[in-house]
Amino acid sequence: MISPPNPVELYRRMFLIRQFELRAIHERRGGLIPGFIHSCVGQEATAVGACAALRSDDVITSTHRGHGHLIAKGGDPRYMMAELAARSTGYCGGKGGSLHIADFDLGILGANGIVAGGIPMAVGAGLAFQMRGEDRVALAFFGDGAVNEGAFHEAANLAGLWKLPVIFFCENNLYGEGTPQHKQAPIRDLALRAAGYGFPGVIVDGNDVMAVYDATREAVERARRGLGPTFIEGKTYRYRGHYEGDPMIYRSQEEMDRWRQRDPVHRWRQRLRSDYDVNDEVVRDIEAHVQQQLDEAVAFARASQPPPPEAALAGVYGDSHDGRVF
Amino acid sequence: MNGEITFSQAIREAMSEEMRQDPNVFLMGEDVGVFGGVFGVSAGMLDEFGAERVRDTPISEAAIVGAGLGAALMGMRPIVEIMFADFVTVAMDQIVNQVAKARYMTGGKADVPLTIRLVNGAPGSAAAQHSQSPEAWFMNVPGLKIAIPATPSDAKGLLKSAIRGQDPVLFFEHKMLYGSTGPAPEEEDVTPFGQAAIRRAGDDATIIAIGGMLPVALDAAQQLEQKGVSAEVIDPRTLVPLDVDALVASVAKTHRAIIVHEAHRRAGPGAEIAAILAEKAIGSLDAPILRVATKNAPFPYNPDLEQFILPTVSDVVEAVEAVVNYRL
Repeated sequence: MISPPNPVELYRRMFLIRQFELRAIHERRGGLIPGFIHSCVGQEATAVGACAALRSDDVITSTHRGHGHLIAKGGDPRYMMAELAARSTGYCGGKGGSLHIADFDLGILGANGIVAGGIPMAVGAGLAFQMRGEDRVALAFFGDGAVNEGAFHEAANLAGLWKLPVIFFCENNLYGEGTPQHKQAPIRDLALRAAGYGFPGVIVDGNDVMAVYDATREAVERARRGLGPTFIEGKTYRYRGHYEGDPMIYRSQEEMDRWRQRDPVHRWRQRLRSDYDVNDEVVRDIEAHVQQQLDEAVAFARASQPPPPEAALAGVYGDSHDGRVF
Repeated sequence: MNGEITFSQAIREAMSEEMRQDPNVFLMGEDVGVFGGVFGVSAGMLDEFGAERVRDTPISEAAIVGAGLGAALMGMRPIVEIMFADFVTVAMDQIVNQVAKARYMTGGKADVPLTIRLVNGAPGSAAAQHSQSPEAWFMNVPGLKIAIPATPSDAKGLLKSAIRGQDPVLFFEHKMLYGSTGPAPEEEDVTPFGQAAIRRAGDDATIIAIGGMLPVALDAAQQLEQKGVSAEVIDPRTLVPLDVDALVASVAKTHRAIIVHEAHRRAGPGAEIAAILAEKAIGSLDAPILRVATKNAPFPYNPDLEQFILPTVSDVVEAVEAVVNYRL
């Protein structure tokens, strides 16, 4: 069992994710970050709520929109920012970028550039845990677009069949790239997919961090007890484009404004005050600390060296064939 | 050496011996357990190791490979079987974008000790989707290693290397080789990757024979000997890494090169090998580099048509005679 999450810590993590994304967007415009960014602004509660229900030895697989998942699982903003800046001190030595950040020590098996690409990997991690009799779980984050990919269906079927300790966490942000979810699948509640694979599908308000935590905790307990997977659909919304620079001609300002009324970070900030008696000074301290942390992350990235050219040929293989065989 | 074994037995022994000494090694795939593998390669393994470690899976190639990757990242050493190499297309994203790149794109941190066994080859009137030799598709993907044994001894030794290694390996088993016999290696005989084997020494031409084409090349060399032509036959054993030095050294001696493979001719493994020889051994060559390979059509069902597109002993003999008789 894990202890209930600290409400203030939930806020700190969500605020850190939000500000990390805004800072990364800013630094990309300023030229520090050469590649693309798929920001998760608006989706902080799914990442933080889900990871709060995991132990440090549990693992996650993430997506192209993965910064929030990584921070929620304990990723260090310095190494993340350095990776976005393509520096040698980044999580992947500057060779992966936003789409491939991983930290195996933290149980982060990687962001992923292929929609649904990481889901079979999470199932394989769950298989390893089950075979070794460990009570660890694997949680696969994916978006609403992923449930229409073959890899999702094959992986869900296998996990259901073998009752693997896997949580399928679908962040339904209503858009797969530029096409609305309702034009990509004949169902609105994607949790329905789970029934076909013999495990529960639950729907949760993805902008309520505690609701996400509760649903995930239940799924994790079920998985640890050997009862198999759960599909959790967190209904949420991304504020920004599919990628930074997306003109977003496919959705209305009214819709975006409506979702901003349910902002996960602001809502939790209000609940800290109303439900948990946390005063504004504590919150302001946290926010100031986060900004300082991000200043340091950007400074760290700026001060770091890019990888030397010969690094391009290293790490292709694990042995002496490296860089020699071609 | 302990007498003779079949190619199929050699693969089973390699898997079983590794599973006995390392609890992290396991096998999964379609019909590998109760059925014993559709070609009988894993027959009896379920009885010894149980259904946990000899896992029958649904027909889900992407999930089989992807789950193998996830388990490998968690410290297991999975062997996954793709029943017919043709089916690998269903797992293409997992192999090309996930398995091959997991180490590199995470900055070299991830070990991926995953062995993917694929059954390739014709003939057998298995037609267009059960006969292919798709090795070359993967030679273009950095991060994968490719083994293609031609003898029982190498089947066992290379598979052990693959299972014990830290990198993903595609291990191609030609279905027509399963019944072939050869000397059995000792248990600890592990064949290193990247070391070609000279199967027959010769002076007049080098035949580089890949996988199931080794017996064809050896038959051709025998016929050529009767005609007074001395052909050297080299088996690369692994396509990635490729033993370039051995190929170049042989061509330096014979001054002629023929590459024989069952993969389709266009952009097959022979194209890469020919390019390497052109780059590194052009000064040694007295004749064009020739390729003997499957003609560029999908595999037809009709046995005569199938035979027509496959490379034959006489094709190899003709190619060698052509380069030996070549005059600038």
